[in-house]
Amino acid sequence: MEFKFHVEGGDFTSAGTASSQIKKVLKQINIDPIIIKRVVVALYEAEVNIVAHAHHGDIKVKITPQQVYIRLDDEGPGIENVEKAMQKGFSTASSKVREMGFGAGMGLPNIKENADIFTVRSEVGKGTTLEITISTVNNG
Amino acid sequence: MEQKTIYHALNIMPELCNGCSHCMKVCPTQAIRVRNGKALMHPDWCIDCGECIRVCPTHAIKIAADDFQRIFDYEYRLLVLPSVFFGQFSNYISLEMINSILKEMGFTAVHVPEESVDFLLETMNHYIEENQRPVISSFCPAVIRLIQVRFPSLVNNVMRLKQPMELTAHHLRKVYSEKHKADMAKIGIFYVTPCAAKIASVKSPVGDYISPIDGVINMDYLYNRVQKESVKKLAENVADLPQERIQLSGKAIKYTLTGGEKDNMWQTGLAVDGLQNVIDILERLENGEIEGVDYLELRTCDESCAGGILTPNNRFFAAERLRRMAKKLPEECWMPKKYTDYLASIVNVGQIEPRSIVRFHPETKEALKMMEKAQEIKESLIGIDCGACGSPSCEALAEDVVCGKATIEACLFQRIKSGKAGSLSMEQAVGIMEEIWGADKFVDK
Ligand SMILES: Nc1ncnc2c1ncn2[C@@H]1O[C@H](COP(=O)(O)OP(=O)(O)O)[C@@H](O)[C@H]1O
Ligand code: SF4
Ligand code: SF4
Ligand SMILES: [Mg+2]
Repeated sequence: MEFKFHVEGGDFTSAGTASSQIKKVLKQINIDPIIIKRVVVALYEAEVNIVAHAHHGDIKVKITPQQVYIRLDDEGPGIENVEKAMQKGFSTASSKVREMGFGAGMGLPNIKENADIFTVRSEVGKGTTLEITISTVNNG
Repeated sequence: MEQKTIYHALNIMPELCNGCSHCMKVCPTQAIRVRNGKALMHPDWCIDCGECIRVCPTHAIKIAADDFQRIFDYEYRLLVLPSVFFGQFSNYISLEMINSILKEMGFTAVHVPEESVDFLLETMNHYIEENQRPVISSFCPAVIRLIQVRFPSLVNNVMRLKQPMELTAHHLRKVYSEKHKADMAKIGIFYVTPCAAKIASVKSPVGDYISPIDGVINMDYLYNRVQKESVKKLAENVADLPQERIQLSGKAIKYTLTGGEKDNMWQTGLAVDGLQNVIDILERLENGEIEGVDYLELRTCDESCAGGILTPNNRFFAAERLRRMAKKLPEECWMPKKYTDYLASIVNVGQIEPRSIVRFHPETKEALKMMEKAQEIKESLIGIDCGACGSPSCEALAEDVVCGKATIEACLFQRIKSGKAGSLSMEQAVGIMEEIWGADKFVDK
């Protein structure tokens, strides 16, 4: 089953729309609550990153009995140094974004922690693509 | 372990229900459907929140109570009466008067459950420091049940501590068996409930323990009896009331009002009342959107228990009266250490298990297939959530169709479409309508 969402940069009030929707679906097909939580946290952080750092983006979520696959493509400034961005606490968020309670630099590390497979591809000045895969079978 | 029989105090009276579907529209777990012109409740999905009762225009949904005469099965009849009860009366009716009327009715002694809050609040503060945060209060049984059913990933955040009504019941049993040398079997503890949820928590407690309460009395019933007697007493100008006091403190009175827990927490807390507000917070918490909060006090009713479904008077007046009352009392009123030590030994409850709703199928693979089908059906429906099909929304009808609990022709618009295409006769259409709303709705009165 597939779902698509569009995210506008700067629209903080809508951040969380995709993760809420996906959460509802996963609950209805009896996925383990621990796995649901991992999907929701990873997707929410990725959504927020588009809102906070990019111009706009598209999200595709594909749910099969075995896994949840999420792909986020955004147009925006891209990430200069992905390795650095993945470090806990690293953030280039503006003070305005911080005032809104975002920008603690934990987003990407959190996604990594919750994903089974996580890849980041980014081109400076163009945009960023994240791919997140989480297995729905709880194996510890 | 999955609980098989879940007790609900709620009963829909078929003879009073006219199938108006108001209840179906407000149920937070979509537990209600209309069939044959009557509302039907799915017991596994109901969380005892009482929202359906509030909106029923024919008062067809009743809350069962134990027979009052049962108190006389016991020699020591102890009444555990939530302090919100006192907020229901005008200033002319004193606590002493209420107390003496209750004694005349047959009770040995009257205690508020909140007698144990000094002990409990301190225990909660330590609990928060040692457990997964934010800790969610276990005070409101409808909130615990909402989490079990709709937010299973949060069950481990629910505080595994007994609440004032259970603690005070344990305390009283101890006091009466020791001080008064009463035989345990002769002590009857009766709780006066402001809502259906508390009844459920006495009859089917969550967290693997046995409730220490022997019977439940509905607050509206007791209110009527006390009110009637007090009017009589006021008219007779009874002067020599026994001046026996009910033990109360400021914290005890405020505990069941919004903020009553949160305001006493050492850590950062948030107090939220009202079902929709509670659902919103739980959604956010589950999404990981809530940070920096250590304690969540969540109550189903607007204005907390002052807004309980069985409290007879206006919630704002009641809450205000209680806050005023609290100001005149000492803040705390600790019970002797001997008893708090005892309570500390029984305060914990066991694991709280999720009570997941099986919407489609217990197997993920099958459930996913059915859900895809439901999605397709939903997209073909008009999307105005009119409820004329007997299901709470177009989405719910799509689910019901896939699960074999309804047919697509239950939808009014689908029927008109089929009629227009000539594939459904008027008779067939009427037949379907009668199945949902009852045959009596289709004859001239
Ligand atoms: N979609 C994106 N587009 C551009 N830059 C991004 C994007 N996602 C993350 N970044 C960069 O990586 C940094 C770290 O991201 P993250 O760990 O989510 O922390 P935060 O968002 O709190 O700053 C961000 O500060 C930003 O510089
Ligand atoms: S009490 Fe609440 S959950 Fe139960 S049927 Fe009524 S509205 Fe639904
Ligand atoms: S807020 Fe109080 S009255 Fe309302 S459901 Fe919860 S415990 Fe019952
Ligand atoms: Mg981020």
